[in-house]
Amino acid sequence: MIPLSHYLVLSAMLFSIGVLGVLVRRNAIVVFMCVEIMLNAVNISLIGFDNYTDQVNGQIFSFMVMCVAAAEVSVGLAIVIALFRNKPTVNLDEFNLMRW
Amino acid sequence: MLSLAWLVPVFPLIGSIVTGFFGLRIGKDAVGKVACGSVALSFMTTLIILAGLVMLPEEHRIYEQVVFTWFASGDLVVDFGYQIDPLSMVMMMVVTGVGLIIHIYSIGYMHEEYSYYRFFAYMNLFMCSMLLLVMGNNFLLMFIGWEGVGMCSYFLIGYYFEKKSACDAGTKAFVVNRVGDFAFLLGIMYIFKEFKTIDFTSVFAAAPNTLIYGGEAVTLITLFLFIGATGKSAQIPLYTWLPDAMEGPTPVSALIHAATMVTAGVYMVARCNALFMLAPMSMMTVAFIGGGTAIFAATIGMAQNDIKRVLAYSTVSQIGYMFLACGVGAFTAGIFHLVTHAFFKACLFLGSGSVIHGLHGEQDIRKMGGLKKYQPVTYLTFLISTLAIAGIFPLSGFFSKDEILFHSLVDGNMILWGMGVSGAFITAFYMFRLVFLTFHGESRVDPHVHPHESPKVMTLPLVVLAGLAAAGGLLGIPLIKGAHLLHHWLEPVFSFDMKAALDASAQMMIKEGHHVPAWSHLLEKEEHGLAMEIGLMLLSLVIALSGITAAYFFYIKYPTLPDRIMQGQWGYELVKNKYQVDEFYDATIVNPAIEGSFFLWKTCDAQGVDGAVNGVAKTIAWFSDQARAFQSGFVRNYALFMVVGFIGFLIVVF
Repeated sequence: MIPLSHYLVLSAMLFSIGVLGVLVRRNAIVVFMCVEIMLNAVNISLIGFDNYTDQVNGQIFSFMVMCVAAAEVSVGLAIVIALFRNKPTVNLDEFNLMRW
Repeated sequence: MLSLAWLVPVFPLIGSIVTGFFGLRIGKDAVGKVACGSVALSFMTTLIILAGLVMLPEEHRIYEQVVFTWFASGDLVVDFGYQIDPLSMVMMMVVTGVGLIIHIYSIGYMHEEYSYYRFFAYMNLFMCSMLLLVMGNNFLLMFIGWEGVGMCSYFLIGYYFEKKSACDAGTKAFVVNRVGDFAFLLGIMYIFKEFKTIDFTSVFAAAPNTLIYGGEAVTLITLFLFIGATGKSAQIPLYTWLPDAMEGPTPVSALIHAATMVTAGVYMVARCNALFMLAPMSMMTVAFIGGGTAIFAATIGMAQNDIKRVLAYSTVSQIGYMFLACGVGAFTAGIFHLVTHAFFKACLFLGSGSVIHGLHGEQDIRKMGGLKKYQPVTYLTFLISTLAIAGIFPLSGFFSKDEILFHSLVDGNMILWGMGVSGAFITAFYMFRLVFLTFHGESRVDPHVHPHESPKVMTLPLVVLAGLAAAGGLLGIPLIKGAHLLHHWLEPVFSFDMKAALDASAQMMIKEGHHVPAWSHLLEKEEHGLAMEIGLMLLSLVIALSGITAAYFFYIKYPTLPDRIMQGQWGYELVKNKYQVDEFYDATIVNPAIEGSFFLWKTCDAQGVDGAVNGVAKTIAWFSDQARAFQSGFVRNYALFMVVGFIGFLIVVF
């Protein structure tokens, strides 16, 4: 039996990697992948708690997260393609269109 | 029949609405018909009411009609109601009668005007307000009419609003009147404070038992009311607006600034006789202001060259006579002069309008002369009215002015009488100067102008008014007992019981522990014989004739003489420049007020108030500018803020 703390530490490490990736990488696709890593870190902690409490709620919820992630990927990649069509790059430093 | 009273002001109101809103659509003829028709209906209704009032027994000749309660707030209950009594009846007759004649005249006089309908809409509105003023049964309703006539006067003075001088004159009239109106309003508030009501009948009935004879309260109330009257009736010190008001069309000068509105102050003082009789100091003030104005304005009138301005100063002076009469307690004489003055002064103004019309707008009497043969009807009516105002037997002005002079001597003192008599001499002089310069002598008319007589629609009103000016004196023949119709008619309104009032005051003073002064001498009336009255009559006749002779001597016999002896004389210059009163007011009141307003505008408002508001806005804008830097538009920056915020949150929580 793997103790709960292991799950949580792994989850926290993955999440931190995700956050750092979002903050420091410039490529839109990589940023995107980092967001996915963060989601999956959350999934790990959900399942860890699920295992710890002998329930299935966490597993069901992680399926929800996967669904959302899938939807997000489809929308997000569409946005990335739209960005690429506007400018021949996916470097996020080139895009400040959300400015006032 | 009396219950028709509410209709009287309604007709002109309807006329005003119709001519004002649909005037352009219905055309000039229809506008004239509607405007005159509405006033004619009013006049006829007034006649019916007069018949109703005459049929009542004398002591019951007061009829109040409350149309609705206007508002009630605590103790203050104000009805929208009319009071018909002999005094308001006289005023209604003058207002609707003279008003009707002037409306008819205006059809001819204003015919060339484009905004004909606007003129009649204002005139009708004026009639409505004036009738409210004289018919109201409480002070506040009177005040509404008072303000309404002031507003219409402003509109009509500024009728030729393309002319700057007309606009300025309108503004001046409005602002100067505002000074008086404010005092009037203070007076009304004071009355409410003392009486807890502002109904005429209740206030006047309660006055002797509420206010102490000569006390502070009644003196202040009456002085406030009188300041209001000086504004509306153009007395010293608030008379300066009236001569400037001559910028309006001539029928306006006749109706508003001679016959009706400017006499509203006299009506008000006469209406409040029960209050004024209790305040000997105020009565003295009224008498001296009246007498002073009578002689002061008359002297200015001697040296004016604008035909309408001479008449304007004459109006100021004649109203002074009315106040002189009221001030010595001869209210009937004041009202009598009001009525006759309405006749002859309206006729004089309309006559001057006819002259101006015939000369295509010329108003300078130096450019007139010899008009007698071109305008015979105008000349004749003008002459009759001039004789009337000069006080020649048996025209109306003789009776009314003589009565005032008689009372100012008997009930007043020698000084007041002297003022009145010298004013009468000057009046005769300047009025005949006007007649001689306008109608007699060599023609000095511009050769390009061909004088002509005015159309019938203008001369007919002149004839009617001249007839009234000639015969109006029959209302009050002084000597024969019972023949003084007006005196008899107004007796119920002016029968103030001095003895009862003094007794009531004495009781109140005893109750308050004051010492009661000896008042018995106030009740003593000296009996004056017929001889004295006849003597005074002859004297005033002689004075009027000598004034006319002097004018004849100066302006017919030796027409070059006035210029030769007057030129450069400081006295003449002083009078010609109207005693520099306007300049004095400009320097002491108007300009400081304007400068003060500029200070308030430029410094206090533009810099202070606006500065504070704009400063707040600018500060906020500066902070926004700083905050704007956060919104860089880079997604990852936003994510960073989120993370930093979250970490901060965690630190705070744990």
